[in-house]
Amino acid sequence: MAKVHVTTTINGEPMEYLCEPNDTMLDALRGPLGLTGSKEGCASGDCGACSITLDDSLVCSCLMLAVEAEGRELRTIEGMAQGDKLHPLQQKFLEMAALQCGICTSGMLIASDALLRKNPRPSEEEVRFWLAGNLCRCTGYDKIVRAVMETAAEMREAAQ
Amino acid sequence: MTELRYLAPTTLDEAIGAFAAAGSAARILAGGTDLLVQMRSGAVKPGLIVDIKKIDEMTRIEQTADGGFRIGAAVSGMALHDHKSFGKIWPGVLEAVNLIGSKQVQGRASAGGNLCNGSPAGDSVPAMVAAGAIVTVQGPQGRREMKVEEVPAGPGRTNLKPGEILVSFTLPPRPAGSSDAYLRMIPRTEMDIAVVGVGVSLTLKDGVCTAARVGLGAVAPTVLLVEDAAKALIGSRLDDAALAKAASACSAACRPIDDKRGTIAYRTKVAGVLLKRTTAIAAKRASGN
Repeated sequence: MAKVHVTTTINGEPMEYLCEPNDTMLDALRGPLGLTGSKEGCASGDCGACSITLDDSLVCSCLMLAVEAEGRELRTIEGMAQGDKLHPLQQKFLEMAALQCGICTSGMLIASDALLRKNPRPSEEEVRFWLAGNLCRCTGYDKIVRAVMETAAEMREAAQ
Repeated sequence: MTELRYLAPTTLDEAIGAFAAAGSAARILAGGTDLLVQMRSGAVKPGLIVDIKKIDEMTRIEQTADGGFRIGAAVSGMALHDHKSFGKIWPGVLEAVNLIGSKQVQGRASAGGNLCNGSPAGDSVPAMVAAGAIVTVQGPQGRREMKVEEVPAGPGRTNLKPGEILVSFTLPPRPAGSSDAYLRMIPRTEMDIAVVGVGVSLTLKDGVCTAARVGLGAVAPTVLLVEDAAKALIGSRLDDAALAKAASACSAACRPIDDKRGTIAYRTKVAGVLLKRTTAIAAKRASGN
C-alpha cells in the first residue's frame, strides 16, 4: 500500500509523517510520531483515552484517519505542560489524587482542558456530562470531577 | 488486504466522479465515527474513501432567505450546537443530534452520517423527520430532493442511488408558536443507543395545535413518520384524549424487534409514553414562541 505524506501542526510544532491511508491518527501518534501519551483503550470511540483536539475541537484520535491531519492543528497531552511547568489541571490531578492506574488520565486532562477553554465556569453536572466520553475503569470519577471544578475555580481567580 | 485510496476533494463534482467510478467499494467519510469502527471490525473494507469535509457546502450552516435552515451533511454536532441561532429555532433537532455519542464523538459526527448509516435507532433521524427536513442529494445524474423519511431503506441501507451523495438538510421556516422536541428511552442516563426515540414538531395558535409531525425511531426497520399520531394532535388543545389517541397511533405503528435492549411489548408501550412526554416539551417550548 502506498504511504501518504502528511504535513501538520502538533502542539504548535510543524510535523510530518508517512502513514497508510487506513491508519488512525492514534496509530500515527503512537507510531511514527512517538507521542505515546494518547492511549488506546477501546479503539472504537467509547473510552476517550485517545482524546486530542483537532483545530480546538475535542475528538477521539482512534476515530480519525491519520491522513485527515493534513494542514490541521492538533493538540495532544504532550503539549499540555510548558517545559517543567505542569498545566493547572495536571497539577490539581496530582494534588487531589484524581488518578489511579493512569491510563485514562491523559484523555481526561485533554477533555477537561477542552471544557474549560469553552466554559470556564462549568457546573458539576456540566463537568460530568462533558466527561461522559472518558471512561475510568478504576472508577475514580468523583476525584476527577472535583479536581476539574477546583482547577476551574483557581483559574478563574488567577485570571482576575 | 485490498489497496485503499483516500481522497479529499474540494468540489462536489470531483467527489461524485470518484465516488461513482469506484462503485460499491467506495465509502463516504464525514465524521467517520461509524465508518472507522466498521473498518476496524472488518465489517467494511473500502477500496476508496472520499472525505467530503473539504467541500464548503458540506460543512456550512446557513439560514435560507425564507427563514429556514440549510445544514451541510457533514456539519458536526458540536458545530451545530455552537451555531448562534439554530438551537433556538430547532431545539428538538439540536438535542437529538447532540445525543449522538460523547463530546468527542460530537466533535466529528454529523446528521448526514447518522442518516446514511441507516440505523433504525439513529437519534437525529426521528427529529429530522418531525421537522419535515428535505435532503438534497447529488449523483452522476444531477441533483434531487427527497423527504428525509424516504432515505432509510432498512438497517444499514438507504434509498440513495449508486454514486449519489447526501449534500444537505433543508429545514422549513417556522411560523410563530412553533417548536420541537426529541426524547429517547435508554437504560442508562447517557451514552447509549435508543430503545425508542420520538421527535415531535408542532405549531400552536391560541392553545390549539394547528400543525404537527411525529417521527418514531428504533421500533421498526426504518425510522417512521407517524401521520396518524400527528392527525390526533392537530385541531386539539393537546388534551388527554388527543394525547392518548396519538400515543396509541405510535404504539400501533411499532414493528420492533426483541433484543437485549428491550422487548417488543416494552418498546411498543414506551413509544406511546414518549409521544406524550415529547409533545409536552414541544408544546411548552412553542407556547413561549
